[in-house]
Amino acid sequence: MSHHIPGQPVTAVVQRVEIQKLRQGDNLILGFSIGGGIDQEPEHNPFSEDKTDKGIYVTRITPGGPAEKADLRIGDKIMQVNGWDMTVVTHDQARKRLTNKKEGVVRLLVTRKSLEEAVKHSMGNGPKQ
Amino acid sequence: MDNESTYSGYSYKSSHSRSSRKHRERRDRHRSKTRDINIRGDKSVTIQAPGELLLDAESTRGDDRDDNWGETTTVVTGTSVDSISNEDLTRVSKDLEDSLPLECRRYFGPALGAVLGFFALVTPLAFLALPQLLWRDTLEPCGTPCEGLYISLAFKLLILLISTWALFLRPPKATLPRFFIFRCLLLALVFLFVASYWLFYGVRVLEPRETDYRGIVGYAASLVDALLFIQYLALVLLEVRHLQPAFSLKVVRTTDGTSRFYNVGYLSIQRAAVWVLDQYYSDFPVYNPALLNLPKSILSKKMSAFKIYNLGEENSTNNSTGQSTTMVAAAACRRDNSHNEYYYEEAEVERRVRKRKARLVVAVEEAFTHIKRHQDDEAAASSPKHPREVMDPREAAQAIFAPMARAMQKYLRATRQQSYHSMESIINHLQFCITHNMTPKAFLERYLSPGPTLQYLDNSRGRQWTLVSEEPVTAALRQGQVFSLRRLDFSLVITVTPLPFLRVGEEFIDPKSHKFVMKLQSETSV
Repeated sequence: MSHHIPGQPVTAVVQRVEIQKLRQGDNLILGFSIGGGIDQEPEHNPFSEDKTDKGIYVTRITPGGPAEKADLRIGDKIMQVNGWDMTVVTHDQARKRLTNKKEGVVRLLVTRKSLEEAVKHSMGNGPKQ
Repeated sequence: MDNESTYSGYSYKSSHSRSSRKHRERRDRHRSKTRDINIRGDKSVTIQAPGELLLDAESTRGDDRDDNWGETTTVVTGTSVDSISNEDLTRVSKDLEDSLPLECRRYFGPALGAVLGFFALVTPLAFLALPQLLWRDTLEPCGTPCEGLYISLAFKLLILLISTWALFLRPPKATLPRFFIFRCLLLALVFLFVASYWLFYGVRVLEPRETDYRGIVGYAASLVDALLFIQYLALVLLEVRHLQPAFSLKVVRTTDGTSRFYNVGYLSIQRAAVWVLDQYYSDFPVYNPALLNLPKSILSKKMSAFKIYNLGEENSTNNSTGQSTTMVAAAACRRDNSHNEYYYEEAEVERRVRKRKARLVVAVEEAFTHIKRHQDDEAAASSPKHPREVMDPREAAQAIFAPMARAMQKYLRATRQQSYHSMESIINHLQFCITHNMTPKAFLERYLSPGPTLQYLDNSRGRQWTLVSEEPVTAALRQGQVFSLRRLDFSLVITVTPLPFLRVGEEFIDPKSHKFVMKLQSETSV
């Protein structure tokens, strides 16, 4: 994920993660925490490669929660939630998309660095096979 | 203290050498030598025996310097620093006394200048007095306008006198190898000026016996005005022009690399040299030759050369280069070892110095607790029971010197300062500190750090420096010039850089525009 030029399309290798919300009392929780957003300071994000990236990142995963079960990992960048874009949203908009009480399932498109590398490796090995 | 060590004393010889501007100019035109050779010639003279030193080429020329300009006519005065024993010291002082006739010649120049100045000041009065004396009867009487002119003349002369005294009548501080262009110019201007006034006066007033006295008084008043303006010109050229900083001089001492930066104005090289020397004596720590060398144990190992023999076949052309490279490589291997030793040796020396310093500080503190200042009103209370001996500062100093003497001596030896402080000087300083109620720390300040050279100078003698420069020393300072001031055992190398041109812009900040926000770094759990 090199420095993104504004206006150019974003390309990324993404993984589909489907999380079933868990009911805890009156709330439906997903079991992770998010950080980032276009209204936040991007420099202090420890997970981003490009320090001007204002996307939404997973900062914590509750152990044993639904997100962990769905193979969401810490440091993942969330690109879409249920079809809604998450790359250019404010922190509060992101929170709202994820905590919609009418949806019991969220389908995320997340990207992480290890995905890119895996694809590169497989592409590198591909032609030889 | 330790006066029997190798540095047993410093001899300061003073010879006051002069240079004459006009005589020298003529003389130098006949010489076809370059500046450097001239300087080197001077230097070779100064290396000779002490008696000769006083009679070097510079010293005996009379000069027609104006006493008024005493402050800036400078010639490098003669002293040199040798380390000699005390008998030589007495011999040298006797030689100095022999040099008294030169002392008189030193003031010949200022005297001549004083004569010119006096002549210039007396001229207006002469202009006024001569008609009165010679043809008083035929003079037209001149009433109120003349009296007004008399008053203004009197006050202007008084102001001239006071300002001449304030600006120019100073004892010469230094003597320089070449004359000053500006000063010469001004003296010539004054001379020409007064001479032309006299000429005009003689032709137009004295001969035809002019009767219009008011005109004569006006003439004298105009002379005084012109003298005032010349003095203004002198003030600007000689004093004010040098004040605004324009160049930065870097002064480096060749022996130990101590360096300073100074800002000066538009000066000639020789005046800049004098200015730098003034700062040198109070800014640079004293030059201690004992501190310079690497410990011999390290140096001797470095110096031992490797002998390399080439066995086997090699071209004769490659022989020397092959040898030299292998020798250099071997020496490099050697060098790896010696830096290690240097490091440990330095650490050891530093540790030793610190230990001795600690002992010294403790000894001095303890010594100072033995005495206290005697108050007169205590006398009545204490005298019946315990009569205490009242001492003056000298005796008190001698009394408390004994316990700290050994620690002091060891410390001075460790820092190689023992040649600068004799026992006498330490007791004097102790007496001084006691008199002024100083604490032990204030007493020790002089010994714990090497002070400026001025602290160790004996002011009764002058100092000899040689100015070495590739350009004529009356040239103005320019960018990239390098000149040096040499003494017998070290020299100061001075590099000139102009101060940068500053373009200062302006930015206005509204005091209300200082506003801040918190950085947002939220983390929300979903």
